[in-house]
Amino acid sequence: METDLNSQDRKDLDKFIKFFALKTVQVIVQARLGEKICTRSSSSPTGSDWFNLAIKDIPEVTHEAKKALAGQLPAVGRSMCVEISLKTSEGDSMELEIWCLEMNEKCDKEIKVSYAVYNRLSLLLKSLLAITRVTPAYRLSRKQGHEYVILYRIYFGEVQLNGLGEGFQTVRVGTVGTPVGTITLSCAYRINLAFMSTRHFERTPPIMGIIIDHFVDRPYPSSSPMHPCNYRTAGEDTGVTYPSVEDSQEVCTTSFSTSPPSQLMVPGKEGGVPLAPNQPAHGAQAGDQERLTTYTPSDGAHCAATPSSSEDTETVSNSSEGRASPHDVLETIFVRKVGAFVNKPINQVTLTSLDIPFAMFAAKNLELEDVDPMVNPPDSPETTSPLQGSLHSDGSSGGSSGNTQDDFVMIDFKPAFSKDDILPMDLGTFYREFQNPPQLSSLSIDIGAQSMAEDLAAASLQDPISERPGRLSPDFELSLGGAEQLSRPALVPQPCTMKGMSPRRTHTAPPGQGWDQSCLQVGEPLPLLQPTLFGNIELYFKMYSRDFQ
Amino acid sequence: MNCRSEVLEVSVEGRQVEEAMLAVLHTVLLHRSTGKFHYKKEGTYSIGTVGTQDVDCDFIDFTYVRVSSEELDRALRKVVGEFRDALRNSGGDGLGQMSLEFYQKKKSRWPFSDECIPWEVWTVKVHVVALATEQERQICREKVGEKLCEKITNIVEVMNRHEYLPKMPTQSEVDNVFDTGLRDVQPYLYKISFQITDALGSSVTTTMRRLIKDTLAL
Repeated sequence: METDLNSQDRKDLDKFIKFFALKTVQVIVQARLGEKICTRSSSSPTGSDWFNLAIKDIPEVTHEAKKALAGQLPAVGRSMCVEISLKTSEGDSMELEIWCLEMNEKCDKEIKVSYAVYNRLSLLLKSLLAITRVTPAYRLSRKQGHEYVILYRIYFGEVQLNGLGEGFQTVRVGTVGTPVGTITLSCAYRINLAFMSTRHFERTPPIMGIIIDHFVDRPYPSSSPMHPCNYRTAGEDTGVTYPSVEDSQEVCTTSFSTSPPSQLMVPGKEGGVPLAPNQPAHGAQAGDQERLTTYTPSDGAHCAATPSSSEDTETVSNSSEGRASPHDVLETIFVRKVGAFVNKPINQVTLTSLDIPFAMFAAKNLELEDVDPMVNPPDSPETTSPLQGSLHSDGSSGGSSGNTQDDFVMIDFKPAFSKDDILPMDLGTFYREFQNPPQLSSLSIDIGAQSMAEDLAAASLQDPISERPGRLSPDFELSLGGAEQLSRPALVPQPCTMKGMSPRRTHTAPPGQGWDQSCLQVGEPLPLLQPTLFGNIELYFKMYSRDFQ
Repeated sequence: MNCRSEVLEVSVEGRQVEEAMLAVLHTVLLHRSTGKFHYKKEGTYSIGTVGTQDVDCDFIDFTYVRVSSEELDRALRKVVGEFRDALRNSGGDGLGQMSLEFYQKKKSRWPFSDECIPWEVWTVKVHVVALATEQERQICREKVGEKLCEKITNIVEVMNRHEYLPKMPTQSEVDNVFDTGLRDVQPYLYKISFQITDALGSSVTTTMRRLIKDTLAL
């Protein structure tokens, strides 16, 4: 359309619109980084702050925006869109918002470009700052971390709102009239945030419904890649220099890997390359081709804080100390909170390597009780808001014990305080994998215990116990060999000595158990063993200790 | 000219009053503040930069954006604190309101004092509710957060109507339009007042007092 603008005004207007578009993208993406944004006011004008607002420029985002614009400006029918979506650690993604910067034909010829348009654009940016904190995706993005990440994508052209599901809502941020058209900034956001993944760790059947539209192919597959929104800006405090982006690199990589390092799947990354363990917090691999981005430490807090804490839920919380690899012996403390109506005592067992006799029974004891429906009531979601509900169901679905015959399945398993820096396996995965070791054949039937006791009696008559290096019958040893399938080393019980009637004390007594000389008395089962489930063991011990008197 | 008047209403729990009011007031002031003006020769001026920061609320599931100015924040917190205390001590229904008024000063000749002509007034009516159980409080946290989201959207909608704004002043006039007393930002001249409505509804005494004052001020 022909305007009365002189060339200087026209040039200024084009520049304003271009930088407004770039700043808009910066504000939107920064609002979805998951951190609080803070910039300083400056009374003396620096000349480089567009629209008199201190909005930092993340180089990667600017680059993406410029690439999408490709030298053009928003015009009628050509809108600049920023799509914000969520991607879970299992690979499912969902569009959350589309921010559109559009231009329509309604012109305001009277307005002064260099003054009024500029100030109004500045006001519109302030409104954008306010509105980006108000849409539902903001709270989701603040909680992003291990379970999901927020990605952004910039495209130019027609607005595509199909991916937002039914009933999406629109909020208009504002409009600015210019001599060449009216700039409109608006946001369409998804309302229905219920979300379910069919693929998760233990392959249990889905518990909630699935949004059908979620898996429909996009009618307009866009070529622009998705990028993660979690990025620590290269500020003066971190001292990270952002690597210069090369165009050829942009085309190749589909996305940037995200921290934390313990994530097994890097969202969107081709080939799903797992990250190396113990990545430095500042993304020091800035020189890498993949351009690893970083996480803020607050994400760890989110992860640790999410386990459900209902009083009726029995949780097995594991805390692992140190950064030992899974192959090292972990010192773990199993603490079980007993739910209501369960008349089992609270067990506190410390397992250290090698030293506690029958420790493998103890662990097994716990595991069997895990799948006991009385002990593990279903993990009912107790969050009230649908947003949080979706997040919890999302993350908790990966925690099933894989025991399909039970009605109740432990579906939420988040080891508290576990620092996910043991790779490639985190503590939760480790526990899940090894929580169901094969049962000892000798424990399966009563006769087994009887025969073992008889073996022992025979063995004791043959050799003086004090000479033996702590071995029991060969049969028992063989069946103990099954324990090697566990990652824990085989634990061999220490027998009583014949002479002094005192068992050799080479183990560390578990705290509070008071294992002392009087422990192995006739007829008294070891405290860590459950008489009700392991009647065989009790019987075995009774006979065992009697034989050595 | 006509004064634009906008009214917002919120129902909050006692401990949420402060944060809810600050969220609304800061959002309005974010839109009504510019950088510091630096006048140059020939009547031109340059404008400083306004920084922003996110503020998380402790008692509401909500985050708002405010101007990065500690002085402004302190001034607002002071008056909101007074309002909260007055609400608490009133013992009435827990109804009150705060007014944020933007005005222009018009110099009058002696012996008349300067006129303050408001051009925009934001009124926030607050209704304090008392909740009994922790679960109700948790629900209230989320509900009030959602309500505040709506309020912010309303504020932004009004702001973007681009209705009357005072003209950019010359150097001599700048103090009639802007509050130049702050170090880092320059909001339009504003004043904040509040009022606790007692159980009878409108407060008669304050109205009478204002009538008399206005009459005397001529």
